[in-house]
This record gives sequence, C-alpha cells and structure tokens, in this order.
Amino acid sequence: MPLHPIGLPMPAILEVRQLVKNYPGVTAVDGIHFAVQAGECFGLLGPNGAGKTTTVEIMEGITPPTSGEVLYRGESVDARFRQEVGIQFQSTALQDFLTVRETLQLFRSFYARGLETEELIQMCTLGEYADRDARKLSGGQRQRLLLALALVNDPEVLFLDEPTTGLDPQARRNFWDLIRAIKARRKTVILTTHYMEEAFLLCDRIAIMDHGRIIAEGPPATLLAKHFHDVILQIPKADFKADAAELGYEVLDAGEMIEISTSDVDGALQKLMQRRVSLARLQIRARTLEDLFLELTGKELRA
Amino acid sequence: MMRRFLAVLKARNLEFLRDRAALGWNIALPVLIVLGMWLIFSGGDKPLFKVAVLNGATPISQLDNAFLKTRYIDFYGVSDEAQAESKVAHNQSDMLLDLRSPKAPRYWVNETSPKGYVLEKILDGETDVKYARATVSGRAINYVDWLIPGVLGMNMMFSCLFGVGYVIVRYRKNGFLKRLNATPLKAFEFISAQVTSRLLLIMSITVLVFVGVQLLVLFYMAGSYLTLLLVAILGATSMISLGLLVAARVASEEFAGGLLNLATWPMMFLSGVWFSLEGSPAWIQDVARVFPLTQMLEGARRVMLDGQGLADIWPQLLSLACMTALFLLLGSFGFKWKND
Repeated sequence: MPLHPIGLPMPAILEVRQLVKNYPGVTAVDGIHFAVQAGECFGLLGPNGAGKTTTVEIMEGITPPTSGEVLYRGESVDARFRQEVGIQFQSTALQDFLTVRETLQLFRSFYARGLETEELIQMCTLGEYADRDARKLSGGQRQRLLLALALVNDPEVLFLDEPTTGLDPQARRNFWDLIRAIKARRKTVILTTHYMEEAFLLCDRIAIMDHGRIIAEGPPATLLAKHFHDVILQIPKADFKADAAELGYEVLDAGEMIEISTSDVDGALQKLMQRRVSLARLQIRARTLEDLFLELTGKELRA
Repeated sequence: MMRRFLAVLKARNLEFLRDRAALGWNIALPVLIVLGMWLIFSGGDKPLFKVAVLNGATPISQLDNAFLKTRYIDFYGVSDEAQAESKVAHNQSDMLLDLRSPKAPRYWVNETSPKGYVLEKILDGETDVKYARATVSGRAINYVDWLIPGVLGMNMMFSCLFGVGYVIVRYRKNGFLKRLNATPLKAFEFISAQVTSRLLLIMSITVLVFVGVQLLVLFYMAGSYLTLLLVAILGATSMISLGLLVAARVASEEFAGGLLNLATWPMMFLSGVWFSLEGSPAWIQDVARVFPLTQMLEGARRVMLDGQGLADIWPQLLSLACMTALFLLLGSFGFKWKND
C-alpha cells in the first residue's frame, strides 16, 4: 500500500456507482457500488456467471452500462483513462504471424508513454520466447505475454480478468509472483477470479459477487473473522466411529472426510479421544473464502 | 496518430508477407487464369464476320445493296469514320463500308486480317458496283487482350473484398479488435492502416502479375501506364472500402462469407470480366454501372485498348472516388469493435 497521511481518507482512484447492466432476459449486474483505493489490489470474487466480467468491462469502458456510472479519479471516464489503464481480458487473440517482441512493440506504439519492450520482456520473464511466434506459446507463457501487453503503458490501474484460469498450479504460482511484483510498484490492480486462494493471497480487499450483486465486501481476513469464529477439524471417515449427534458440534460430510466445526479445539479433541476416535490423520484448517461463499449463498463457489 | 497508423500498417504487412500460403496463392491464381485463358482463346476468334457500315441517315435495312443481304455477316451501322477505321485496324471489325454516297461506295480492310481478305472476295463476287478500296493497318486486338484487364480486375476484386473482409471479421470474432479497442487506437487509424496495407499488397502483386503476363503473352497496351496505374489504385481502394463496409459489423465468418459472395458474384458476371455487356439489355448495363469493378474495367480497357487518357476516363475515376468515399464513410460510421 502506498504511504498516506494518517487520518485522511484514502482517495478512491475508481468508483462504481449504482451500476446496472441488463441483457435481454438477464440482469447481469444489479445495482452494485464500490470504490477502489489507489495502490490496492481489489478482487471481484464469484462463480462463473456472477457478473464479474461484465462489471470490469463496464469499468474498463468496453461495455456501456444500462445505468449507473464509473468515475476515474472522481471524474467520468475520458480519453486520458485509456492512456492510463492496462487491461488483460479473459481471452484475447493476437495478430497472427507476429513474434512476442513485435506484438509488444505494436501495442507500445498505441500509447504516448510506457515501458521499454526489453524491460517488459524481462519483467514478465518472456526472454526465452521473445522471438517466437505468439501463437506458439504455452498457456502460462501466453498469459504472461497478455500481462506484458496490459503493462505496456506502465498503467496506473491494471485490470486482470481471470488471468490464471486454465493454468497449471506451477504456472499459476509464477503468475502470482508477477502480480506481487506489480503490486510492489504501487499499481492499483483490479482482479476477478473464481479461485478463493488467489483472491486471499493477492487481494487487499475483495467483493464477493453472486447473481449480479455484491454480497460481501472487505479485506479477506476481516470478512472471514466477521463471519467465522471456528476452525475445521478434518478426520478421514474410516477413522470416525463416534456418533456425530452426541458430540455437540456441527459435523459435515465432505466426501472422504468428516468435517467438525468448533471454536474450542482443545475441548473437541478431548471429546474425540474419549470416544476413541483415532487422531493420527487429523488435520486442522482455518475457514476459507470458499466456506464464506457457502455460508452466504448456501451453494458451492465452483458449482 | 501517425505512429499508431504506421505500427498497425507494419504489423498487418508482416502478417501477410509471413503467411506464405496466402501470398503464394495471391500471385499464382491470376497467372494461372490468364495462361489458361490464353491457351484456350489464342486459337482464333469466333467465325462470324463483323462489318461496320457508314450508312448516313438511312437505316441499313433500307439500303439497296446486294452485299448487305449476305448471310452470316453481322452488318452494323456506325457514324464516326475515324473510330470505325481504328476498329478495323485492331481487328475489332473485319471491314468498314461507306455507303453514304451510293455512286461512290468505299471500303476499308486490314491487309493482315484473314477475315478481311475473305470479305473482300465476297464483296467482289456479290456486286458489279466498283468500290474504292482503302487499307488500314494495326495490331489486332484479340479476346485475350480484352480479357486480361478483366481477369486482373477480378483477382483484385476477390483479394480486396475477401482479404479485408475476412481478416476484420476474424479479428472481431476472436477478440483481437476488442483488445485493440481497450487501447487509445482509434477506428479511423485502424481502418486506414488496413486499407493502405491491402492496397500496397494488391498493387505490388497486380503490377508483378501484369509485367509477368505481358512478357509471356505480349498483350495489347495502347495507353499510358501511369493512367492505368491510377485506374487500378482507385479501383482497388473502392473495392477494399466495399470489403470494409461488408465487414463493419459482422462477427460470423460464415455470414461474412455469404455477404462477400453476394457482393462479388454479380460483379464477376455483370462487370464485363469475361464478356462485353454491349449487347445485353439496357437495365442490366445500368445495374452493372453501380459496381466498382465495372467502372475500373471500363477505365482500364479504354486506356489499354483505345489508348484513352485522363480527359476521356474522368467519369470512371470520379465514380470510383465517390464510391470509395461513400463506402468508407458508412464503414467507419457503423464499425463495431466487438462481438456482442
């Protein structure tokens, strides 16, 4: 986070006011409002179809809203906005037969100011592929090129729409490292994702969306602390021989595991030992954003 | 603005030049067509005799002349003596008869024309009247001379419309246009770069093919190469603009293909690529006039076959320029970056 005088309110770099987007027969965005502070990483989290992409595309100026407005530095979006933001769409095709370096040079030419091509190549670890046809990149390499294109004008605000969807775990971790490096440069990042882990690790604040509405908003840890006071004990079903009802805790069936929700770990462990439940394979996990989504909507995030 | 235009232009040129299959095809196809046509048509013209008659005010059917009753000869009235003579010189007419003064009829033939020779013998046998004989000479204009501008023009038409139309629709369908729209690049900069890139490529290829075919076939070229180049540039620009107009809003390649076929097929048959529309109904000729290819071919043939200059072909050039302006205006106005 950038340094800011204590006691003064943080200026909102982007503000979304009463945004509505209707498509024939569908309300994709249903009257949402939020503000993004300069220098923070703001996450829009939700399942597919929640309205995340529509919301960011309205913020980017790509899709016109049905009603409501988006303010950039307190004013309506204008030509300056295009020069100062970087955008990575969920899926983008690039011009055929151009190399990574040529594609970067093409996009660099659209902006009055920005980063040098070589700096971008280095920053997004594209050095090995700089002279390769952009169509011949792997999924992770391609996403890093798309990120480099979004950074080509050294933007104040960076929009990333599901940037790691479809990547393998290693490529996803590499991408997270890049986003952390961008955050370290004090850039404002707006990230949509349906990976809770990603939102938890990268975002300073999140808004959880479902059916076009925001159902919770705040820093991830604060949201979890507000809604949950317990932890989850996980025991393999094969080891759990006790009667769930007489334990006095909420017990959930989670596939191969039994999940016991408790805010008193010591007491719960004692009760389990008294009932001769083997704790050899016991795991304790904290509540996650996935649990929060289930709690708020009654359904799985990735359903 | 210029920097963005030049960057898009360079990128598009690189894309085309690196797409070897498309580049090769663009060069090979017109050469193959012209060579094929030359092989088919170099055997000679149709066995019909065409005789132009300077008939003054009297209709040919009312002239009392035994020769005019000969079957299998197409007699047609003309009034411009110089133009009619030039047609005989170029073998577009086999003979010119002057029957304006019944007492002193005259005729012109081209001594190198076999048909002219045969007609002269028939004329001798059919009549006792003594005709004054005159000869003209010139290089014969064969069907292949007439066809070459048609085939080159048709190839330009396909390359202009499909080359621009499909590329833009593909860019829109796969989201590349949407990505460009997220940058400060303006529609006008993007569109003008596409037009310029396509124009450069089409003109380079057409000039290469023109020179190559001329070396092979030695076709007829009466006028100025610079004037012909101007006709070709204006024609190509108008057809590229038409391609942009077709592709301005469409996001489906299949639909775009249908629209492009709808635009190209009538031009292929009605713009005088393969055969002259001189004998067809007036309304068809009127309809054909609205096609840019018709105007370009008319201009090109006037330069190549009749040796006409800018002073003669300005109506064609003007209509091509007007069509370009109209197509570009409508295309830019209706241009959509993304697929809804």
